[in-house]
Amino acid sequence: MSEKLVEVKNLRKTFEGRGGDDSHLAVNDVSFTISEGESVALVGESGSGKTTTARCLVGLETPDSGLIEVCGEQRVVRRPNAATRRRWALQTQMVFQDPYGSLDPRQTIDQGLAQLIRFHHGELSSEQRRARIAELLDLVQLSERQGGSRPRALSGGQRQRAAIARALAASPRILVMDEAVAALDVSVQAQILNVLAGIQAETRVSFLFLTHDLAVVRQIADSVLVMKGGEVVERGSTNSVLTNPETEYARLLIESVPTSGWNPENVSKKRKDSVQ
Amino acid sequence: MTAPLIQYEDVSITLSTAEGRGTVVRDLDFQIEAGESVALVGESGSGKTITARSMIRLLPESARVQGQIKFEGKDVLQMGRKELRDLRGPRIGMIFQDPKAAINPVRTVGDFLTERLRTQGVGRKEAEGRATALLDRVGVDRAEKRLRQYPFEFSGGLLQRVMIASVLLADPEVILADEPTTALDVTTQAEVMALLDEIRKERDLTLLMITHDLELAAAVCGRTLVMYAGTIVEDSDADLIDVGGLHPYTNALLESRPRLDQKQDELVSIPGRAVSGLDAPAGCPFAPRCAFRIDQCEAERPPLRLLDGTRVACIRAEEIRGGSAK
Repeated sequence: MSEKLVEVKNLRKTFEGRGGDDSHLAVNDVSFTISEGESVALVGESGSGKTTTARCLVGLETPDSGLIEVCGEQRVVRRPNAATRRRWALQTQMVFQDPYGSLDPRQTIDQGLAQLIRFHHGELSSEQRRARIAELLDLVQLSERQGGSRPRALSGGQRQRAAIARALAASPRILVMDEAVAALDVSVQAQILNVLAGIQAETRVSFLFLTHDLAVVRQIADSVLVMKGGEVVERGSTNSVLTNPETEYARLLIESVPTSGWNPENVSKKRKDSVQ
Repeated sequence: MTAPLIQYEDVSITLSTAEGRGTVVRDLDFQIEAGESVALVGESGSGKTITARSMIRLLPESARVQGQIKFEGKDVLQMGRKELRDLRGPRIGMIFQDPKAAINPVRTVGDFLTERLRTQGVGRKEAEGRATALLDRVGVDRAEKRLRQYPFEFSGGLLQRVMIASVLLADPEVILADEPTTALDVTTQAEVMALLDEIRKERDLTLLMITHDLELAAAVCGRTLVMYAGTIVEDSDADLIDVGGLHPYTNALLESRPRLDQKQDELVSIPGRAVSGLDAPAGCPFAPRCAFRIDQCEAERPPLRLLDGTRVACIRAEEIRGGSAK
């Protein structure tokens, strides 16, 4: 059996409203686990709490209550210090929808990677570092020439691959992808999904995918959690949830995907019924 | 026979960009009949948005258009200021991708909706009455109260309904919808598409929807125009999801999308990088990435030609359809 890398239990997070009294419960009683090499999808629409859940996991938000254990270490700490954060960064890394925010426009892709490797893995010699950069570029299928380019000279898909290489530079155990393929053209999205499948096969990295796209889930995830209004409403293996959904809401999400013979009117009616 | 509602004849558009002046779309040749629902599908840089916008001459200052764009037989490119004003809105309404960006955030939704009517001299009461009725029609409840609210008080889906209402206020015959649901959640997308479809049938409108989503296009529209690198490569009224297309690019797009019903060993990814019209090579623009490329493909740009009721710009379409090409 694979080692359990992540255990989240009864996670709860509220955000204070501006007035102080209208606080918003973003995540309510969310529990899940991720094993080594496993790929889990958090599916939901905007406001479902998936991003907040992931941000708590990587340490970008402090939950109100609950337990987050990553690689055996308890993560619900009031004010983690720099050394703690650095250790966490070796365990979890996050890739965002817009790669621009993670890339320095003045730095070539390999310069950025070299800097990250020096930071996370200072023990490596410069030769080992160069080898690691080549390995990372190869893993995300960027050429040597592209590695020597600045972000501006790359296409959207290449930039997103560079962002993934940067996240992998820390050699994390868990990679969190927040809608990381959502903004890409389909032909580019296919390349990235293939790259991710390759990474999955070659390394033992676990993935947490945050997405609203169920076809992407089918392609990449082993198991799924469906979130709505801050709560997990359905969970199971990808195949069982997508083929035999148990809840109305999961069924609605599946029927919302346009396919041949799609009838948006029926979906729309259903949604109204489910809201009332 | 009457003229088609919208007709493009050999339209090419050149633009000044950071990299210099170039042709972004070329040799556009298609027509749309009244009452049709047509999707314009392509990836970023394919020229789909500029094509749709050229219909109402909503183009950057540096744009030069060759050819003819006709609305009811009248050349849009020759229209004067007043004629254009009467075209944009009253005849052809446009729905933009991101309602949050397209609606003035510091004015109330009521102001946004009634602005045009008020400048036409319609009284406030009357204008607000009409706006309320339309908000009601597009499914925004408590419409009267909603008129006093600001855009930030609306969700993305509701705001897109407001935009649809604003377009309908001018009572147009054609709606141009530029990625109308891309910024929305999936269930909201279904609702907005259902609403557009309903209204189109109810008012006998013509719809041109721009989208990058071939599945959405095929599911919602009766006809699909597929664009690549500034040209139309396929013009088909077939159910592309079920039967596939005739152009290799159409099929590559269909195959590169992951499927909801079953995991694939590896997604088909199109080799190379998509180019815009500016960088399109001579010959077939898709040839450098095409699995069916032969030398002849690069010799000259293949024109759209009719095959089985579909127009396709590929010299090997028969072989590909028959399965004998490789």
